Parts: sequence; C-alpha cells; structure tokens
Amino acid sequence: MKRIIAPSLFALLAALALPAQADSYRLPKNAVFEEECSSCHIAFPPQMLHADSWRAMMGDLSRHFGSDASIDEKHRVAITDFLVANAGGRKTGDTRDAQGKPLLRITETARFAKKHREISAATWKRPSIKSPANCAACHPLAAAGEYSDHSAVSPK
Amino acid sequence: MRHILIIAAALFAADVQAETPRDFLTRFEKEAGAVASAERGARFFTTKQGGEWSCASCHTERPMQAGRHAKTGKAITPLAPAANAERFTDAAKVDKWFRRNCNDTLNRLCSAQEKADVMAWLLALK
Ligand code: HEC
Ligand code: HEC
Ligand code: HEC
Repeated sequence: MKRIIAPSLFALLAALALPAQADSYRLPKNAVFEEECSSCHIAFPPQMLHADSWRAMMGDLSRHFGSDASIDEKHRVAITDFLVANAGGRKTGDTRDAQGKPLLRITETARFAKKHREISAATWKRPSIKSPANCAACHPLAAAGEYSDHSAVSPK
Repeated sequence: MRHILIIAAALFAADVQAETPRDFLTRFEKEAGAVASAERGARFFTTKQGGEWSCASCHTERPMQAGRHAKTGKAITPLAPAANAERFTDAAKVDKWFRRNCNDTLNRLCSAQEKADVMAWLLALK
C-alpha cells in the first residue's frame, strides 16, 4: 500500500510544482471568459491579480476603466468564478493600493513595476504603445499568455 | 414518434434563433414605428455627439474595413455585413453591443430610430 501511495504522491507534487516553475501565464481554457473579456483588449491572465481584485472589477462592469463592459448576470457570475479560481498566488505579490484597497489594474501592481523597471517613461508614451496595458505592443504573443523576456520587444 | 417531435421542436427553435442583418432592420423599424434613413444613419455614425467618441472612432467612417479600438488599439473586424458574414446574426450580441457602445459614445441608450438608421446604412454599404 505504502509503495503505491508514495510514487503517486510524488507525481502529484511534481504536477503541482510545474506551473509555478514555468512562470507561465497561459490562459486556462474558458469559452465565456474568451468571448467576453477579449473583445476590447487581449484577455489578461487571471494569474496576475488576486481574487479580491477580480471580485471588485467584476462588481462594476458598467464603469470599466471608462467603458461600458456590462454583461448579463449569468455570465458575470460564471466569469467571476473562473477568475477567482485561477487568480494569482504567492508570486503575484501585493495587489493592493496604499489604503489596502484591491488594485484593478495589473499595470499598477508592484510586480508589473518590477518586471518593467528598465522601460523609460518616454517609451511608455510612444504612439505605438499608448498605454502600459497594451501588452501586445511589446509582447507579440500576449494574447496566448506568453510574456517571457526573450519574446519581449521594444517597439519604435 | 416522441423523439421525432422533440427533434422537430429543436430544429424549429434553432431556426427561429438564427437571425440575419435584415431581421434587425425590420425589428428596429417596427419598434420605431417609422422607416429608416441610411443617410441619417451615416451622419449619426460618423458624428461625435458631445462625447469623446463617435461610432467611427472605433469602427472607421467606412465600416467595410477593419477598425481599431480607440482606447486599447485592438483590431476590430469590419462591422458592415457585406464585409463580415458574422455580423448581426445573434440578437443577444447585437443588443449587448448597442447598449455598451451607445452608452460610451452618447452617455445614453440609442433610440430604435437611431438603430434602424444605422442598420439601413450598414446594409447599404457594398
Ligand atoms: C467594452 C470594452 C471592454 C470589455 C468588454 C472588457 N474590457 Fe477590460 N478594459 C477596457 C478598457 C478600455 C480598459 C483600459 C485600457 C487602458 O487603460 O489602456 C480595460 C482594462 C482592463 C484591465 C486593466 C489593464 C491594466 O491596466 O492592467 C483589466 C484587468 C481588464 N480590463 C479586465 C477585463 C475583464 C476580466 C473583462 C471581461 C469581464 C474585460 N476586461 C472586458 C475595455 C473592456
Ligand atoms: C513598452 C513595452 C512593454 C509593454 C507595453 C508591456 N511589457 Fe511586459 N515586458 C517588456 C520587456 C522589454 C520585458 C523584459 C524586461 C526585462 O527582462 O528586463 C517585459 C517583461 C514582462 C514580464 C516578465 C517576463 C519574464 O520572463 O520574467 C511579464 C510577466 C510581463 N512583461 C507582462 C506584461 C503585461 C501583462 C503587460 C500588459 C499589461 C506588459 N507586460 C506590457 C515590455 C513591455
Ligand atoms: C470605443 C470603441 C467603440 C465605439 C466608440 C463603438 N464601438 Fe461598436 N464595437 C466595439 C467593439 C470592441 C465591438 C465588439 C468586438 C467585435 O465584435 O469585433 C463592437 C461591436 C459592435 C456591434 C456588434 C455587431 C455584431 O453583431 O457583431 C455593433 C452593432 C456596434 N458595435 C455598433 C456600434 C455603434 C452603433 C456605435 C456608435 C453609437 C459603436 N458601435 C461605437 C467598439 C466600439
């Protein structure tokens, strides 16, 4: 009995450790999320914010960063559940503001600032970039959740 | 027999749900109680009405071509049915985007007349 449990436990632990090691933001498959959250911009990885941020965002979609992104209640609940289930872990770091309120922007998190500290203020303002939220301007494979630094480019 | 009835009912339901762009023109004209004007639709679509954006800000002034989201820069496939067979085939989607985009450009919902006019213009684009 013991001999059977040990290897399978090991396999389970290895499987659990894998995603963290690869530092992957690959998007977990979800048809409703893809349909509703990738029409105005690329689908942002759920792993980049904690559950409280997603809950706050999903609670006010009709005033979503200056846009009306409202959806029916059934889809709203389904997407919230999906985001919360796939939200960030320890590596995501702190995603609250100085008052302790959950941040709604990935681009305002400490982890984002750290990963992009070498990018100058002038670069962020280039017309081809427009907004730090425009991940795909520098990460050509962002829509697929691929952000590794060798794939990142600095556009003109 | 029971099975045939169920299949027939399912087919019928599917048939009723599939919509064509013309169905929306008919529906909005009926709701407005007046015929649509493509010319008025073109003007409505391309003119800012107090806000930061017009419909053309994201869908271009000639929606036979692809557009670009004015804030995020994301590509948007053409809105005119003649250029994009997927447009105006799903009532839930059409209603959702009219609601959102009218709110963003006008700060209110579009009237049935405005929607009918836009439909007439989009259908006339070739
Ligand atoms: C109607 C258009 C629209 C839809 C639909 C939409 N968004 Fe957004 N979203 C925006 C805009 C506009 C911004 C601001 C972009 C900017 O500042 O460049 C934004 C920004 C964001 C940001 C912050 C990006 C940053 O700065 O870190 C997140 C996260 C986000 N959206 C998640 C979602 C999720 C989740 C959904 C699906 C429920 C969704 N969005 C659906 C328009 C939309
Ligand atoms: C102005 C260009 C630019 C934009 C816009 C941008 N990034 Fe980056 N990003 C980079 C560059 C360059 C690097 C590599 C930095 C380095 O290695 O020093 C990077 C690194 C990263 C990394 C770390 C990758 C790794 O392998 O450690 C992540 C994660 C990331 N970006 C996510 C995002 C997300 C999410 C967005 C949008 C919300 C975004 N980036 C927007 C240029 C950009
Ligand atoms: C800020 C950008 C933006 C503005 C302004 C805008 N739209 Fe859109 N519109 C979108 C996006 C994004 C979609 C969904 C993505 C897609 O379907 O390609 C969309 C989709 C639509 C659809 C869905 C059609 C279908 O069946 O697929 C309609 C209808 C529509 N828009 C009408 C309008 C009208 C009318 C206006 C002006 C009142 C307008 N839009 C203004 C961005 C915009």
